[in-house]
Amino acid sequence: MAGYIVLGIGFGIILNTKGYGVLWSLLMSATIYAGSMQYVALDLLGTSASLIAVAVTTLMVNCRHLFYGISMVDRYKNSGKARPYLIFALTDETYSLVCGDLKDIPDDKKNVYYLCVSLFDQSYWITGCVLGSLLGMIIPFNVTGIDFALTALFVTILAEQWFTNHDHIYALTGLICSVVSLIIFGSDRFLIPAMIMITVMLTVLKKYRPKEETHES
Amino acid sequence: MSRDLIMIIIMAAVTIALRFLPFLVFGGSSKTPEFITYLGKVLPFSIMGMLVIYCLRDVDLLEGSHGIPELLSVALIMILHKWKRNTLLSIIAGTACYMLLIQFVFL
Repeated sequence: MAGYIVLGIGFGIILNTKGYGVLWSLLMSATIYAGSMQYVALDLLGTSASLIAVAVTTLMVNCRHLFYGISMVDRYKNSGKARPYLIFALTDETYSLVCGDLKDIPDDKKNVYYLCVSLFDQSYWITGCVLGSLLGMIIPFNVTGIDFALTALFVTILAEQWFTNHDHIYALTGLICSVVSLIIFGSDRFLIPAMIMITVMLTVLKKYRPKEETHES
Repeated sequence: MSRDLIMIIIMAAVTIALRFLPFLVFGGSSKTPEFITYLGKVLPFSIMGMLVIYCLRDVDLLEGSHGIPELLSVALIMILHKWKRNTLLSIIAGTACYMLLIQFVFL
């Protein structure tokens, strides 16, 4: 969860160097509320990028949220009035905390847990972004490379998955398909072909792998 | 500035649509299709691999710093994470390592 504060601070600082103040930081973290997309937005704001391009870029960067939703459909089924907020707040970070088995939590407490994780995550994120904006105004230090925080987040999650599961076939599928797609289509256009290749490969794997080996989580 | 505001609204709207879509399609009383359940289970692994490559997509191995700062920082994160298993520590150390490398070593 606290990873969100660091990423948020990084975002706020860069946003500030682009000439956007704390209100922009607050607005973006409260409405878009997607870490990686907000970093991508840093490159889009203030440019002449077409609005269609903005929509398509968002679609590509945030496509993965479809899959988060897909795996939470059953678990969020009986969450009542909080459900729309839970769905809105289903970010990478929140997903990584609510998608587990949660064996320690009794069933009737699960909805409270989901809501708390979602609310805390977003408050951490907004705090981080706003704090970064304020810090950026006060300390003019060299922040070149701070956007690597996003890469660091994904590498860390990948490492966590890698070391807690002995089955690496799904991670490797993602890595290899992406590299192949990157080589073929180039850095501007590789994401959608990569997603298609991954889906096809996973379909093939489902067909040809014994059932019990797919029970990793 | 107003154009920026429209951009932010579009980004927020598309993100929200993506988050709600699965619940609108599969959230009814009927059972979630087995293939979707399977994807929900295995995709987080593949997607994370894809996102790492996505972040490193503009690294040029042939020119400039040959991707050495990125490679060293990623290696540091992997080793540190294997050792300490502390997400926050891994992110901060990896980012700091990268910033130091590109600001002071690979100019």
